[in-house]
Amino acid sequence: MKGGVRRFGAADRRLLPEGRLAGPMPWVIAIMMFLTVLAAAAGLGLGSAAGNLTESMGTRLTVQVMEANPDRREAEAARVLAALERQPAVARVHRLTQGEMQKLLEPWLGGGALEADLPIPAMIDVDVAEGTGDRMDGLRSAVAAASPSARVDSNATWLAPLGRLIGALRWLSGALVLLMIGATAATVVLAARAALDTHRSTIEVLHLMGATDLQVARLFQRRIALDALFGGVVGLAAATLVLLLLGSRAAALGSDLLGSVGLPPLAWAFLIALPILGVGLAMLVARSTILRALGRML
Amino acid sequence: MRAGAAHAIEAEARVGAGAEAGLASDGTIVQFDNVGLRYGTGAETLSDLSFSLQEGGFYFLTGPSGAGKTSLLRLLYLAQRPSRGLIRLFGEDIVTMPRRRLPGFRRRIGVVFQDFRLVPHLSAFDNVALPLRVAGVAERDLENPVKEMLAWVGLGHRATARPATLSGGEQQRVAIARAVIARPELLVADEPTGNVDPDMAKRLLHLFDSLNKLGTTIVVATHDLHLISSIGRFQMLQLDRGELLDPTGALRHPPRRAET
Repeated sequence: MKGGVRRFGAADRRLLPEGRLAGPMPWVIAIMMFLTVLAAAAGLGLGSAAGNLTESMGTRLTVQVMEANPDRREAEAARVLAALERQPAVARVHRLTQGEMQKLLEPWLGGGALEADLPIPAMIDVDVAEGTGDRMDGLRSAVAAASPSARVDSNATWLAPLGRLIGALRWLSGALVLLMIGATAATVVLAARAALDTHRSTIEVLHLMGATDLQVARLFQRRIALDALFGGVVGLAAATLVLLLLGSRAAALGSDLLGSVGLPPLAWAFLIALPILGVGLAMLVARSTILRALGRML
Repeated sequence: MRAGAAHAIEAEARVGAGAEAGLASDGTIVQFDNVGLRYGTGAETLSDLSFSLQEGGFYFLTGPSGAGKTSLLRLLYLAQRPSRGLIRLFGEDIVTMPRRRLPGFRRRIGVVFQDFRLVPHLSAFDNVALPLRVAGVAERDLENPVKEMLAWVGLGHRATARPATLSGGEQQRVAIARAVIARPELLVADEPTGNVDPDMAKRLLHLFDSLNKLGTTIVVATHDLHLISSIGRFQMLQLDRGELLDPTGALRHPPRRAET
């Protein structure tokens, strides 16, 4: 009878009564997990959107040749195109066709905008090679030399505030995830303490029969882990439904910006792993709470 | 002369076995030295207790209500540390012993609590099996001993019953079966026959006696003088207002086993 520390076997798991260990804890964890998954999904989705925007638009310039005289405008546009093509920083140059201009202006000026005698500037899209930020001044000088009326707009300039907003929202969602983790840990601490109080007499008996703190802690951490798993799965399922619903609504809007807020497969894998991480967290917190409380007993 | 030599060899063998089990070389299993116990800031519940219990002894602890019997037993079964003094158990100082070492010592002690302390949601079988499971005994190895022990205390037919459905006497018998199932080296019982009829009390005491003959040291707190008289050889520990009555000093300095 002088055996060392051993795990309790399957039969000994009955040492704690059947059923939930600490009242509403699984449901509180379900709510926490629901909010955590939504916050994490928001952060991951925004991250993906920010990446897409930067990739597709962050390196694009728009050159407008704003000469009022159509003949001179055409001549300056041709000079600008030629000057841009000579620039090493430029990856691609594309002058918007009549049809593209028509499509662009139609929402504001109606279908006959180009037929009317309006001085519409010539528009040139320029894709700049990545990592060529220091050569932009040279590019602007070349455009100015080719056409004094030309204006160079960098998409990065108007994308920057949007990028900063997305960045702030990502930080916020990260902070929310951390807060949820903290709240979940606090819930587990309270549940573990409540469970210890409820089963104090059984623990005392086990102690007096020679059960070690680890043996007792394992009983509780296993039960709390099961409760946490239940709550985690329920929370994840509810959050997944909400995300799928929001995704279908966003897709129906047909917005490029909203459409880019999607979850890549790796993000889904992370979200699905959250309940498992929650169970691990609950087990660790329960174990340390219980061992600390048992340490105060003789 | 030959008998004397045999006696000396036997005594030496006992001392050797005792040393191996962690006992003092004179066969002392429990030693109290000027032990005092105080709960909170109140007066001392136990004062200046000094005595030794010998391995294989049978001790009755008596005294009026409030004399400190249960407190003394709590010190013996390591539910409490004293406020002062020295306690050696199985040859080791348990007052300053780190608590991580206590479980190993507790597994060598069987306890019958006055209020039984059965685990309410476990069956009689599972309650009795508890010390074996705590010690890591495999399920296949504990079934027969537990069933036999339940049969011995007359509860073979109530193995699946939960404590709430058992009478006070039945609960007490389950508590006793649980205390002795692991063949402890020291058995501490607080009023173990208080709720059973005289016949069952004798039967249970016979169980204690059998265990004692197998080497277990028994300490029984009781008011029942009739019970005491049914045991042939025993020693009395008499408490009065937290102090041990030991007019001859025999409890403090018990004769060596070889001398007796």
